[in-house]
Amino acid sequence: MELNGYHCDGEGCGEAEDEDTTGPMQVRSVVEAPCSLAAAESMEKAAAGGPAHRERRISNSTSARQRTDSLRKNRPPFPWFGMDIGGTLVKLVYFEPKDITAEEELEEVESLKSIRRYLTSHTAYGKTGIRDVHLELPDLTLWGRRGCMHFIRFPTHELPAFLQMGRDKHFSSLHTTLCATGGGAYKFEADFRTMANLQLLKLDELDCLIKGVLYIDSVVSVGPPECYYYENPTDPERCQQKAYNLENPYPLLLVNIGSGVSILAVYSKDNYKRVTGTSLGGGTFLGLCCLLTGCSTFEDALEMASKGESTRVDKLVRDIYGGDYERFGLPGWAVASSFGNMMCKEKRDSVSKEDLARATLVTITNNIGSITRMCALNENIERVVFVGNFLRVNTLSMKLLAYALDYWSKGQLKALFLRHEVCVCVCLCFKLISKARQWFSVLVLEYCPTCCSVFPALTHPFQLMVLLIISLDGSDVIQIWRAVLLWNQE
Amino acid sequence: MATPGGTDRASHSLDKSITLPPDEIFRNLENAKRFAIDIGGSLTKLAYYSTVQHKVAKVRSFDHTAKGGIQHDSDGEPLYEISVQEEITARLHFIKFENTYIETCLDFIKDHLVNTETKVIKATGGGAYKFKDLIEKKLKLKVDKEDEMTCLIKGCNFVLRNIPHEAFVYAKHADSEFRFQNTHPDIFPYLLVNIGSGVSIVKVESEDKYERIGGSSIGGGTFWGLGALLTKTKRFDELLQLASKGQHTNVDMLVKDIYGGAYGSLGLTGDLIASSFGKSATADKEFSKEDMAKSLLHMISNDIGQLACLYAKLHNLTRVYFGGFFIRGHPVTMHTITYSINFFTKGEVQALFLRHEGYLGAIGAFLKGAEEDNPNQYSWGENYAGSSGLMSVSPDLNPMQRARSGTFLFDMLEMDRLERQLVNLPLLQDPSSYIPDTVDLTEDALAREYWLYCFEEALDGVVKRAVASQKDQPEAAERAEKFRQKYRHKLQTLRHQPFAYGSLTVRSLLDTREHCLNEFNFPDPYSKIKQRENDMALKYYQKVVKSLEELSWDQRQFALVRGLLAGNVFDWGAKAVSDVLESDPEFGFEEAKHQLQERPWLVDAYSQWIERLKGPPHKCALFFVDNSGMDIILGVFPFVRELLIRGTEVVLASNSGPALNDVTNSELLIVTERIAAMDPVIQAAVKDDRLTLVQSGSSSPCLDLSRLDKVLATVVRERGTDLVIIEGMGRAIHTNYYAMLSCESLKLAVIKNSWLAERLGGKIFSVVFKYEVPSKTQGQH
Repeated sequence: MELNGYHCDGEGCGEAEDEDTTGPMQVRSVVEAPCSLAAAESMEKAAAGGPAHRERRISNSTSARQRTDSLRKNRPPFPWFGMDIGGTLVKLVYFEPKDITAEEELEEVESLKSIRRYLTSHTAYGKTGIRDVHLELPDLTLWGRRGCMHFIRFPTHELPAFLQMGRDKHFSSLHTTLCATGGGAYKFEADFRTMANLQLLKLDELDCLIKGVLYIDSVVSVGPPECYYYENPTDPERCQQKAYNLENPYPLLLVNIGSGVSILAVYSKDNYKRVTGTSLGGGTFLGLCCLLTGCSTFEDALEMASKGESTRVDKLVRDIYGGDYERFGLPGWAVASSFGNMMCKEKRDSVSKEDLARATLVTITNNIGSITRMCALNENIERVVFVGNFLRVNTLSMKLLAYALDYWSKGQLKALFLRHEVCVCVCLCFKLISKARQWFSVLVLEYCPTCCSVFPALTHPFQLMVLLIISLDGSDVIQIWRAVLLWNQE
Repeated sequence: MATPGGTDRASHSLDKSITLPPDEIFRNLENAKRFAIDIGGSLTKLAYYSTVQHKVAKVRSFDHTAKGGIQHDSDGEPLYEISVQEEITARLHFIKFENTYIETCLDFIKDHLVNTETKVIKATGGGAYKFKDLIEKKLKLKVDKEDEMTCLIKGCNFVLRNIPHEAFVYAKHADSEFRFQNTHPDIFPYLLVNIGSGVSIVKVESEDKYERIGGSSIGGGTFWGLGALLTKTKRFDELLQLASKGQHTNVDMLVKDIYGGAYGSLGLTGDLIASSFGKSATADKEFSKEDMAKSLLHMISNDIGQLACLYAKLHNLTRVYFGGFFIRGHPVTMHTITYSINFFTKGEVQALFLRHEGYLGAIGAFLKGAEEDNPNQYSWGENYAGSSGLMSVSPDLNPMQRARSGTFLFDMLEMDRLERQLVNLPLLQDPSSYIPDTVDLTEDALAREYWLYCFEEALDGVVKRAVASQKDQPEAAERAEKFRQKYRHKLQTLRHQPFAYGSLTVRSLLDTREHCLNEFNFPDPYSKIKQRENDMALKYYQKVVKSLEELSWDQRQFALVRGLLAGNVFDWGAKAVSDVLESDPEFGFEEAKHQLQERPWLVDAYSQWIERLKGPPHKCALFFVDNSGMDIILGVFPFVRELLIRGTEVVLASNSGPALNDVTNSELLIVTERIAAMDPVIQAAVKDDRLTLVQSGSSSPCLDLSRLDKVLATVVRERGTDLVIIEGMGRAIHTNYYAMLSCESLKLAVIKNSWLAERLGGKIFSVVFKYEVPSKTQGQH
């Protein structure tokens, strides 16, 4: 059955026939019951044939002309946008077509026009909405249309106002299903439905994380290797990045450090479990730093941490025992009590904000390392892949993790990192791919701010397009921009 | 006296102005030796070993041979003489007080220390170094530092082994916050999570084998240090107070803050903290000190709990004890740690806490210094009279209250060295699940109310009896008054804190009373009464035996059982009986039989017992006896005699020390000797070693089958004991009513308390005759 599915995918003309017969029905199933159990099951079944599918995709990319035709034919109607509703910020991605013909201009319904004008003519919306002009991707060709990708963010607590606007501008008349991710996709689903008459297609983050990690490792074939580790992590002089071949990845421990931390044990592509998690994550680092130093962004906090000295804040083993605590094999440099020196007033008065930021970073990072090591031992897994936005541009933490894991496991455990670590969100596409594999094809575009490139991972004529964009939110926190654009064919 | 300025100063510098209550603190210092001290961040724990001189009542048989006959003359001369002698026993003292008073305390010790053969003081804890010079100067003792962790483990092993109900589970919202654990026969292996400034996780496998398997730098120091930075609050306990008033949800980002509700696919509930301090990153708003402290407390407790669980899982350990200054008697931290452990192990592992956790280091250091005294070869018992209870007004707690009162607060633990080593009865079906006490008064509020009232009511009588027992001593009344005050104070404490000494039970109330009586040199208030009763009963022995022999077998068996029960009516411990006995001393054995409930009894297994007697004789019966006088002589002995005739060996187990009118081992020796002189059956049995007397190792009116004399256990094993008889309300009803034995057992008692009788569905003088045979499968294993 799976083979049949792929067979259909491969045959360009056959596909068109398929669409005619099964298309509308499928659209209905996606739109009306995006989370139905049946859909999820078919997704699971379909997912089993991953590698075969990938080979197919490569052969498909040859028939360029066919694709262009198909693009035009199956292009979804505007507007094209998607959103990630996080705990603190809503990230909205909007594609503004620049090649609108006069004919189109005439046909364009009023509501669509007003959305386009409103979004593109402002850089600020209300008091708190901001369009990050510096992140804008001009001149992007998407689905045969040339246009500009806009990044807009506003605080999550302004979402009701956004929905109100959506209703005023008659979003729902455009028959749009919004693809949304992040916790808010769950939290505000009902609000979308009742306030703006919009249907959300929700995508589970962790569920997709696994596939994303493996996927990114398999698609990146040029440039520096995707997966790497630190060689000689315990020796600052000789410590350097080394490529790691993740060809036989299982079993592996996947540690996703966002605001909090989730630790997953992955035994195969479809067999994984959440081992545990901790609330001491990136959010704790930033939260504590804000309270302790008055800083307001992740970058500021990191910057301060890089200049500070944690040993003025922490009580080390040698502070208590004068040196190593040999009886228990504890080295003198080990931290005995995080913030332990701060019990004493004189020392509280003598530390700098930078020291406090550094100590916070070290405390949070070491703790993640410690819990990870225990999970690895309990699950009997030696490979650990760390991902998540806490580690983005945070070399300090990565090296600390590499060091801690190596030292305390006596070299048994290896900390692995991904160059596109945030790109694991590609997994979002996989969720959709598997869900719709038999009837739809998928395009994945990826923008990676680290390597500053957009590359087509999959190129094929699609009815359903998923666009995934990851970026830096330079003004606030490191933010992942995840946008999924879903076209449904009318 | 306590001006605000004064107390403030006290918390920063050494306070020398305070006067110590010498009667209450550093007791028995005259004979103290082997000192140990554990100086922590704010509290000092001092340990010493001392000998206590106290009076004991000894019984000695008169030399009857001088009078030319074994036969006891009925000339009114008593059976044996009672003499009060001085006895020396060993006791361990542990005192906890604030570091600010250390100098005052050292001065006090120096002034009262008479015996100075001691040369060194063992020291442990972070402050041992800081105060080394002061100690050496003041006490002229050499300070000998011991490793902190070693001391901790040694102390932990000691309390787990010697103090029943040492460990408890904390449940904030339950009826009783403290759920005490049974002493497990095998305390190893266990995990000790010590939360000081940092966290050490130690796996203990045996007395000498332990390993620090891990730890964390996020501990009490992090809470204190980070808390001080965030809230500008200096003191640890003030931070805890802030935390207990805060709302962490204002600072933490919860799952529902992100997902709107639960994250179902991962089974994460909405109230779960997704990111500690996650909300403080966004808003420009101010956060309250209370909320931040609470969030910090949750963050640290959860983290420690999680790591503890990961280590417990990796090493396959289910017993995890928590200690260290972060925990030490603070309900707030005990609650958050318990919550965390429950969350991470889904209830598979319970967080356990220790009543004497604060003393572990001092106990361990002391044991290191006392190795030549072999403290671990003995059994020790907590002295309820000399120990402050859990959550007493100890220096750990209530900083505000302490600041106001300005008094010197201290906490004490005293442990008596027991003369004999105590072990499990080998016949317990499952020693690990054995609970001696029938009703846990900590959990049963109604029963607690009644018994506390009952003991308070009986106090006058006990005082009167105590004075009467020492008519020749003029100051007895004064001592008795002190006893009254002490015991009444204990009862008041227990009314408010039923958990103060572990699970509150009728047994612990009785034992506390005995300890308090001993404390004020009333070692055996019933000695003379027991003597008179024994005397009287002996006169009837032969008559009773003769009348029994005239009966048919069936009649005789019933008469023997009734005799046993009637004898048990004589019990000075029970208020109803003491009333009757006070008013009518002629109330006799025969009359007692009339008081007994007619069959069917409240619990009546008599028919099964008779059926059993028609079968082959038992190999050996172990008989835990109860009262002196009628009970032992006219009830127990004829019954024992019948067993011996049947061919069953008998082991009579009696108390090692006095408790109420219970017959003690030394009294029983004389009584047996006298009966043997009258009765050839008994004489032959004693001579052939078919009738053996052993001591139980206890001085309680109740019976804990998990703490019995080692010799008793050996005899029981060697003789192939296949029947256990437990007699009396204290031993068969208040305790052991539900005890499961691996052999046949007979539990019999007359209920001499109308409240208890009613509770069991009967009336006063109802009879319990419980005969139990272990099921076949259990018996074979």
